[in-house]
Amino acid sequence: MLDTGVTAWMLVSASLVLLMTPGLAFFYGGMVRGKSVLNMMMMSFGAIAVVGVIYVLWGWSMSYGSSVGGIFGNPFDQFGLGGSFDPVTVLNEDTGAFMPTIVDVGFQATFAIITVALVSGAIADRVKFGSWMVFAAVWVTLSYFPLAHMVWGGGLLSDEGPFVFGDAAPIDFAGGTVVHINAGVAALVLALVVGKRKGFGTEPMRPHNLPFVMLGAALLWFGWFGFNGGSAYGADEAAGLAWVNTTTATAAAILGWLLTEKIRDGHATSLGAASGVVAGLVAITPAAGDVSPLGAIVVGAVAGALSALAVGLKYRFGYDDSLDVVGVHLVAGLWGTVALGFLATETGLFYGGGLAQLGVQVVIALVAIAFSAVVTLVVALAVKATLGWRVTEESEVGGIDLAVHGETAYETIAQGSVIKEVRA
Amino acid sequence: MSKLVTGVIQPHRLDDVKSALEAAGVRGMTVSEASGYGRQKGHTEVYRGAEYTVDLVPKVRVEVLVADEDAAAVVDVVVGAAQTGKIGDGKVWVVHVEDVARVRTGEHGDSAL
Repeated sequence: MLDTGVTAWMLVSASLVLLMTPGLAFFYGGMVRGKSVLNMMMMSFGAIAVVGVIYVLWGWSMSYGSSVGGIFGNPFDQFGLGGSFDPVTVLNEDTGAFMPTIVDVGFQATFAIITVALVSGAIADRVKFGSWMVFAAVWVTLSYFPLAHMVWGGGLLSDEGPFVFGDAAPIDFAGGTVVHINAGVAALVLALVVGKRKGFGTEPMRPHNLPFVMLGAALLWFGWFGFNGGSAYGADEAAGLAWVNTTTATAAAILGWLLTEKIRDGHATSLGAASGVVAGLVAITPAAGDVSPLGAIVVGAVAGALSALAVGLKYRFGYDDSLDVVGVHLVAGLWGTVALGFLATETGLFYGGGLAQLGVQVVIALVAIAFSAVVTLVVALAVKATLGWRVTEESEVGGIDLAVHGETAYETIAQGSVIKEVRA
Repeated sequence: MSKLVTGVIQPHRLDDVKSALEAAGVRGMTVSEASGYGRQKGHTEVYRGAEYTVDLVPKVRVEVLVADEDAAAVVDVVVGAAQTGKIGDGKVWVVHVEDVARVRTGEHGDSAL
């Protein structure tokens, strides 16, 4: 019988997760300079457009269709949600309670969208919009869908794969590997392939609107209740635990980030608070269903401090991951995934579960890193060789908003304007 | 003949300067946002560990057109109201104005003030 409670919660969750991507647009948009805020936000909206269409065509099928070697689902198996698409997802074998699979399609589509959008922060201010849109389509197909299949679709990195040691099966509750390690690795590879912004490290590139950044962080947090709470696939205690862990870890991460920068730089900043929010949300994502709220405090606090330190690495190593997708998503995603080895209440080291879970978590993290790195490198180089990544230096310096989109975000009194032509 | 008194002051002193000028009988002024630095040389901001020296800091520019004989007194009013005694308080200066016209009536000279 249809479980209306779960179905309703999953519809709400899907809507919440979709809201995260416009939220991310504000989070990222506020962090760039005023001359490129529209392009930054458009990369998120572009991801919604491209992935929103692709997901129903072959995204679902490649994630949950019949497995090809445990690596990806057959894209033709349930292409366009036809073929062997099963409209019913049984939630409880004993009671026969089910939810319509189409609800899960919506929920999962929003995950694919936000993952692609996350990557865009690494290449702010400087890439052709068309190249980004093509990259989004190819990357989500070759990197995201296979990883989603491996972890959640019964593939290589799931509890049906080879990496099950005794009681310890891979744990990725809501996407530490699939979403955050994947996006973080892709961001690092893209930053290296695309190259630095002109003036990186020498010219000032201050965030132009910190209230936007905080607004975006708030929307991300709100949306994340669907991301983690919905990943319980129930309107029950597991969803409640995920909700509480999500909030607790995030609160602790704000404290972790603010303390770190207060000690190092002398101030607790608003950008630090907003960044701490995201670091905490990222870290608790794989763990939200499998740690206690006390464990969530540890997950979050460490994530906040680690990411606050990690965002400086790009200056030391000279790669322009413009908005710190690596420092926040890769670092906190790795931490959250590995932290389960210690803090998972069923199997973690600190709960007497031995080292098996830790080993499993490290292995799935490494597999995700390797897979994402190789795929992203191939796709990024292919885009570079065909369409090219960079806008002209003149467009970049003058502002990509005007050069690429023919718009500017902010009107100043000195600009003036007259209507030249109305196309109707 | 008239003079233009221009003060570049700390933004948070604007309300006091405005009140003091009104109390001294000045009937109009132009206020604009400005940025700049003198001996104060800006300040430091840190974003995700990257430290920036922000050398142009926000200031407010107050401009008042006055009759020649009132200029010195108006300068004193602005200085008195804007002063905090700290570096960054700003400057006030006076320049000679060749002519002034009131847009509404077309009057020129002192009667346009």
